[in-house]
Amino acid sequence: MVMATTTAKARKFRGEIFIAEDRCKECGFCIEFCPPKVLEFSVKFNRHGYHPPILVNEDGCTGCDLCGLYCPDFAIYGIRVPTTTTTAGRPSEDQGAARDTQEELSTAQEADRN
Amino acid sequence: MGITIPLNPVEPFLRGDRMPHIWCSGCGIGTTVNCFARALAESKLPLDKVAIVSGIGCTGRVAGYLRLDSFHTTHGRAIPFATGLKLAKPELTVVVYSGDGDLIAIGGNHFIHAARRNVDLKVICINNFIYGMTGGQVAPTTPIGATATTAPYGCFERPFNLPYLAESCGAVYVARWTAYHVRYIAHSMAEAFRKKGFSFIEILAPCPTLYQRRNKLGDGLETMRYYKQHSVIKHGASTRDVDLDFQGEIILGKFVDIERPTLQQTMEQRYRHTLQERYVASARR
Repeated sequence: MVMATTTAKARKFRGEIFIAEDRCKECGFCIEFCPPKVLEFSVKFNRHGYHPPILVNEDGCTGCDLCGLYCPDFAIYGIRVPTTTTTAGRPSEDQGAARDTQEELSTAQEADRN
Repeated sequence: MGITIPLNPVEPFLRGDRMPHIWCSGCGIGTTVNCFARALAESKLPLDKVAIVSGIGCTGRVAGYLRLDSFHTTHGRAIPFATGLKLAKPELTVVVYSGDGDLIAIGGNHFIHAARRNVDLKVICINNFIYGMTGGQVAPTTPIGATATTAPYGCFERPFNLPYLAESCGAVYVARWTAYHVRYIAHSMAEAFRKKGFSFIEILAPCPTLYQRRNKLGDGLETMRYYKQHSVIKHGASTRDVDLDFQGEIILGKFVDIERPTLQQTMEQRYRHTLQERYVASARR
């Protein structure tokens, strides 16, 4: 019964996570306090030597943005995408885009600082 | 880029060029700033009418990271600067964002008098029980028994009970939260924005590098778990009973929410009474 409710909810919208990996300092708040526990530390390092979080269960994410509210480094946030629209395409591609844009952003910031 | 990604909701409130910030991994200050940005978004205040003032220390850096009119004052002088700002420009929402060492120790005198006069300031105090940036010295909030650089055998001085101090001095809004209670913090901050008068929000935050490490309390995440397990929310509790013990129970909530004329109002009332038509009141409110 509980399963059925979850599926019905999941049909209306889907959660999507964006991570600015180079901002992460590996405090683990997002992973610990994620209600459906869909995040984990990734094995790779960011440029400061920390392990940023990674979404391990795409279907489990509800897009509640609690990770975004807890993040002390403004490195992660979640949104809700209605499943009926076309933007709900391939999540892996969207995330790749997020990463690229954030990389561009940080490169621009580096340039600003110098 | 062909695909546009939605912007982080707090990004418009931050000075992105100054990121990453200096706060350690596991520090709670960033989380409170995140809540502050969300409270600001929720309150829909025009950003050119919000000013943020902070003192020194780790929390003193907040003013430099927010894309608002901000000022980083000298040691303990955030409140006097903010008082002047509020009196000169009453239309501004003035926020004082600072730590316990800056607000309560160095600037303690300013704090009690601003509360007494009920200056319309929103004071957010991040309490990490220690002087973080200077190397972990005893603060007036360090609980009895906790070790610090200047108290290697444990602190033996009675700490301040900040909500009680604020209430007894005359604050009209007093609340306490921990960095774990993010939704409550955001709600409380939004409430303080709407409030006229001296609003005080104390937020307990982990200092993993000094307080937690010296006292062998684990890292920031461990402290957040502790906050989750040992906090009791008691709205309207008497501030007299909300003392903090070393690793004891933490009583949270909104303790005080009253109405009292602000400094601006009492000043105008007094001048109007004495000077009558000779007094030209400030048009900007």
